[in-house]
Amino acid sequence: MELNNKIQISDLNVYAGKTHILKDINIDIPRNKITVILGPSGCGKTTLLKCLNRLTDLYPELNVSGKVMINDQNILDEKADIYQLRQHMGLLSQRPYPLPMTIYNNIAYALKLRGVHRKRELHKLVIDYLKQANLYDEVRNRLREPASRLSIGQQQRLCLARGLAVAPEIILADEPTSALDPISSQYIEEKFLELKNDYTIVLVTHVLRQARRIADHIIFMYLGEVIEQGEAKEVFDNPKMEKTKLYFGGTFN
Amino acid sequence: MYILNRKQRHYVNYSWMIISLSLVALLPFFLFLGLYLKSFLLLHDYSLTDLIFSKEWRPSSGKFGFYPFIVGSVWVTLLAMLFTAPICLLTAIYVTQYTRKYFLRIMHPVIDILAGIPSVVYGLWGILVIVPFISRYLGPFFGIKTMGYSILAASFVLSIMIIPFILNILIEIFRAIPTELKEASLSLGATQWQTVKHVLIKKALPGIIAAFGFGLARAFGETMAVLMVVGNVIRLPKNIFDPGYTLPALIANNYGEMLSIPKYDSALMFAALILLGVSLFFNLLMHFFISKYNKY
Amino acid sequence: MKFAQKIEEKFFKVLMVLATYFILLVLAVIIYSIFEKGLKSISWEILTQIPKGGYYYGKGGGILNAILGSLTLAFGATLLAFIIGLPVALYINVFLVRRKKLVNLVRFILDLVWGIPSIVYGAFGFTMMILLGIQTSLLAGIITVTLFILPIMIRSMDEILRTVPAGLSEAAYSLGSNQSETAFKIFTRQSVSGIITAVLLSFGRAIGDAASVLFTAGYTDNLPNSLFEPVATLPLSIFFQLSSPVQEVQNRAYASALVLTLIILLVSLFSRGLGKRYHKTKINF
Repeated sequence: MELNNKIQISDLNVYAGKTHILKDINIDIPRNKITVILGPSGCGKTTLLKCLNRLTDLYPELNVSGKVMINDQNILDEKADIYQLRQHMGLLSQRPYPLPMTIYNNIAYALKLRGVHRKRELHKLVIDYLKQANLYDEVRNRLREPASRLSIGQQQRLCLARGLAVAPEIILADEPTSALDPISSQYIEEKFLELKNDYTIVLVTHVLRQARRIADHIIFMYLGEVIEQGEAKEVFDNPKMEKTKLYFGGTFN
Repeated sequence: MYILNRKQRHYVNYSWMIISLSLVALLPFFLFLGLYLKSFLLLHDYSLTDLIFSKEWRPSSGKFGFYPFIVGSVWVTLLAMLFTAPICLLTAIYVTQYTRKYFLRIMHPVIDILAGIPSVVYGLWGILVIVPFISRYLGPFFGIKTMGYSILAASFVLSIMIIPFILNILIEIFRAIPTELKEASLSLGATQWQTVKHVLIKKALPGIIAAFGFGLARAFGETMAVLMVVGNVIRLPKNIFDPGYTLPALIANNYGEMLSIPKYDSALMFAALILLGVSLFFNLLMHFFISKYNKY
Repeated sequence: MKFAQKIEEKFFKVLMVLATYFILLVLAVIIYSIFEKGLKSISWEILTQIPKGGYYYGKGGGILNAILGSLTLAFGATLLAFIIGLPVALYINVFLVRRKKLVNLVRFILDLVWGIPSIVYGAFGFTMMILLGIQTSLLAGIITVTLFILPIMIRSMDEILRTVPAGLSEAAYSLGSNQSETAFKIFTRQSVSGIITAVLLSFGRAIGDAASVLFTAGYTDNLPNSLFEPVATLPLSIFFQLSSPVQEVQNRAYASALVLTLIILLVSLFSRGLGKRYHKTKINF
């Protein structure tokens, strides 16, 4: 069982001042599968995601306690090397945030952080990752242009390529298609289905249909608590908890 | 009880607005025109290059060389910017990226107070603290004998004066950068400083340059504080411990005598015209710079 | 690589902390110097009397001429600037809202004028005085300082008026208000605190500036008693006392500096306080 789980979260609690945002979270996230964290807005799913790569460190008002084990390491440990840890994950946000550089340098920045410095290697890998995100053909002639000139769908793919460039094992996605048009969204979803073979994917969404389309594993959250978790097919066909049934039935959303 | 009905009041208000607006909109032109007309007498008799590049200033003999004053102004301003720019940038970054929110709340009144202190008081402080410091400690440290009243003293006082101005702009710029951009960089495993260096500063760069540009324009025209510590000696300074003379100081110090010597008043008005020109030029420059870079 | 990286991080962090605390230190030093020197020399006599004969050489008297002179001049200039400036700021934000190009042009001109050094206004004021045949006087000083603070006043008010949401003006129009009513009755009430801040900010600048009054307001040992006579101002008073060879007089300069600084600090504190008091009718969107 342990070997199949890439991430093991135990007793995770997050407080913002006196407000209890995440309550006693215990989750196992299986490797090489797409795990979707589902739930209505405000249930804490984005905070949960931010705990995983310790972006919560940026907000001193947040108090995080518990254990998050990845590769036999508790990433919440104070002594952990967060920079290394963060490179184990790639983050894709709701809206694409290309770095204020050229398309080429967006990827190169990530590569340099990983330790790749030699020009020829950089060049090869930049093209590789752009190809992986299926962006290369569209930008091959404008690699030295500012990334801000791309369309939103293209920017999101660029952020995907950039996230992949640090050679992570886990991909964290926070509602990655919510700002995109249907075609670009579909593109990202298809990509994720391909990527799960090599990466463990944790995707947060509040769109039920997206979860149905791509999830292998479901975690349903409500108001900071995990209500139900399990194999997608199981949870969708036979929701056990009352709240889950209500959510799927569309009663509260 | 209204004396005028609604329609009439609207008309009155409207005229009031238009008159005021015209006054304000035409202000720069009037300023320019007024000063130009007054300096016309001077420009009529001397060429522009002569005035700007000749080094002799003896109004009673009809010699009006503005060069020493221009050089003095340039030295003082550039040196002040050299000092202020890194301090403001470093502080703005520290206060917006590295400290907790309450620290920024403390900085605001500090900046406001610094901004509110009038020029004379800065000059007074300069005389009280900076000038003796330079003549007693700093000069001798470098083996130079100096009275303390120098380009260095003026630059230092000036740099403190423009800190609140530039710092406010920089803080606003950095605060305007979306946190998600910072998060995007950090998620890639970058450290805070790497994020600042490669991502945040790049994003803020046009604004940073504009802030410095505006600060420079402001510093160039500063009168009182500089006048009190720069020494007011008409000669080309050889090093920063030498006293100097700036354009604003020239105008301020000599207005009393200007009507007694022919063309002296024209000369001083011309100096004011130069200051107006430099200030307008820089403002225009920064404006175009910002609008050009905002397209990114 | 990693080690050099760490050194760089530490280096810049230290630099940043130094820069920030340097600024705090400088402020502390300035305030301390002014207060220490000023408090030593301040006395009731200085605050309540005008300079007697030979004041600048050590004889008795005080700076009441300058205190009242500055207050009068600054008050007059602020009032005049308010009368001219408020309608302009309102016009930009209420009447010109649709015409983006015109608004940008006006704001652009305002930005240009905002950066012009005060001595330029002083010199210009002087030219105008000669042209119109006015002597150095309170009036000439007021007009010059008004021109100087006008951009500051308009800009600050503009910033506040900009934040009034479009929905509010739409609500007013749908009730049948015409544009100037909306401007003068609604926008102003919504932005009272901001307008007060703008006025007080301008007052602070008006009272502290020396270069604009140097040629235009003249100087006198008398209290202000007419628009057409020269008037004393605190900045110039400080400057003249400082230039005296007598130590006693120089000390009085420090006291005068303290008075000026205190006035400005009080005004700034006041602006925060008063602003908050009028918040009651403001709607928070």
